[in-house]
Amino acid sequence: MNWEAIIPLIGFLIIIFGIGMYAGKFVRSSNNFLDEYFLGGRSLGGFVLAMTMTATYGSASSFIGGPGTAYTQGLGWVLLAMSQVATGYFVLMVLGKKFAIVTRKYKAVTLVDFLRKRYQSKWVVLFSAISIIIFLFSAMAAQWIGGARLIESLTGLSYTTALFIFALSVLIYVTIGGFRAVALTDAIQGTVMFVGTLVLLIAVIIAGGGISSIMADLMAENPNLVTPFGKDGSLSPAYVSSFWILVGVGVVALPQIATRAMSYKNARSMHRALIIGTIVVGFIMLNMHLIGVFARPILPGIDVPDTVMPLIALEVMPAWLAGIVLAAPMAAIMSTVDSLLLLVSSSIVKDVYLNYIQPKASPNRVKALSIGITAVLGVIVFLMSLNPPELIIWLNLFAFGGLEAAFIWPVVMGLYWKKGNKYGALASMLVGVGLYILSDFNLFTQPFGMHAVVLPVVVAFFAYVLVSLATQSKGTNEMKI
Amino acid sequence: MQDDYRFKIANREALIGVGLVIFNFIWWFAFAYGMGSKDPEEYSYIFGLPDWFFYSCVLGFIVMAVLVAFIVKKFFVEVPFEEEVEGTEKE
Repeated sequence: MNWEAIIPLIGFLIIIFGIGMYAGKFVRSSNNFLDEYFLGGRSLGGFVLAMTMTATYGSASSFIGGPGTAYTQGLGWVLLAMSQVATGYFVLMVLGKKFAIVTRKYKAVTLVDFLRKRYQSKWVVLFSAISIIIFLFSAMAAQWIGGARLIESLTGLSYTTALFIFALSVLIYVTIGGFRAVALTDAIQGTVMFVGTLVLLIAVIIAGGGISSIMADLMAENPNLVTPFGKDGSLSPAYVSSFWILVGVGVVALPQIATRAMSYKNARSMHRALIIGTIVVGFIMLNMHLIGVFARPILPGIDVPDTVMPLIALEVMPAWLAGIVLAAPMAAIMSTVDSLLLLVSSSIVKDVYLNYIQPKASPNRVKALSIGITAVLGVIVFLMSLNPPELIIWLNLFAFGGLEAAFIWPVVMGLYWKKGNKYGALASMLVGVGLYILSDFNLFTQPFGMHAVVLPVVVAFFAYVLVSLATQSKGTNEMKI
Repeated sequence: MQDDYRFKIANREALIGVGLVIFNFIWWFAFAYGMGSKDPEEYSYIFGLPDWFFYSCVLGFIVMAVLVAFIVKKFFVEVPFEEEVEGTEKE
């Protein structure tokens, strides 16, 4: 066991626990349990908001492969990753003040809450809740596997033990602390990612003998690595550009992001978060992916892209520093898992149980149920990750695109277009998710070689508008905004 | 309530967001594929990085960060989020 690298990591976990305990005090003393547990009492300040957003996006990029893929593809993949700079300002500007005001007015705690109040339709709610539960559940299992693998590679423990340690630490503090704990630790994790990637990047540049010599090595190995087109020229401009939708602007529709966009205290927090968020997201994305590219001449021939980060850190830095820096990807994985866990449980408790099964449940029952379900979900994901079924991996790849296809127009148009109604929202969700799933079976070709998410999102837009317009005469009783 | 003054501000700021992302995309795309499409042997290098990459990803990011900071400070208006009685006052 590599104790020098493990001790900093353990220290990090202990700090995280401390925060969970601290945040738990707010949950116990709060008179509005749901608001506090799922939204931190809508009291986040600018810095914490920016960091919790960043930590959540940061993991959206581990979804697209991150530094490992950059190692394989070269600078073209860094270019692709930079489409995420847009998330730093776009999400908060577009959902923006309108979302903050409207969700307060509706007393909405989740994205589905907002949709329920806006469209007043049982079917919209049930379809949304099901999408969230299925897609996020699968995304979560894959993240757990990733977290366990990192602990495994760092400590030399068996996969099962590593998974157990990971699961236990996540569960304990999510269950006690709720959203505030998640947001506060995200702030620390975001900071760790920010500093960690910078330190690692510098160490890698020094180890590679300066940027110029690294570039010369890459040129000598394969000139395609320094072009925007990927190692074999297969990253077409249309394909790379379509990531602006998948990991850029489409992120607006991810429930874990939307939740954050209703949790901040006031307009000043939002303004600060816009500036800090843009800088931090861009900085982390640029550094993290450049590390992947620069690692190539230093450590050639890594077969498993996921191991690039730990291997290069242990190669270019003393073990104790590597331990601290590796807390960064660990941080990214943990923060995703926490927020996903919280979201799935809020979908079950708030969106399904409170709306349709037992609307008159007592506050204490809701509290017990929220904490209980969060814990049960954790255990189920743990069991699934022990021996991950094929279907989960397949679904994980779809989680982000599927959620975007489902929610982007019902959320954005629901906010800004008065004529949008439940028929339009439902049509848009069905068409978006349906087309997205069908496109995986290659039933039709993707226009211009774009990513599978593009076409469903475009068609879902027209479905929303046309169906809403066609059903204007039907008297719907949704809330006007 | 439809004419809540805060919504006018919110709508304008959302449009600014859309405008920024379009500008960001054009900057990113034009430098990457405009300068990056030639033979890699002909690239010039800035701070050791190929010119297309430097302008598109490094400078592009710095430009966006500065632009966002400037626009937020200059054009974004602070409004209360809670329900208040004097909801019709002009900005």
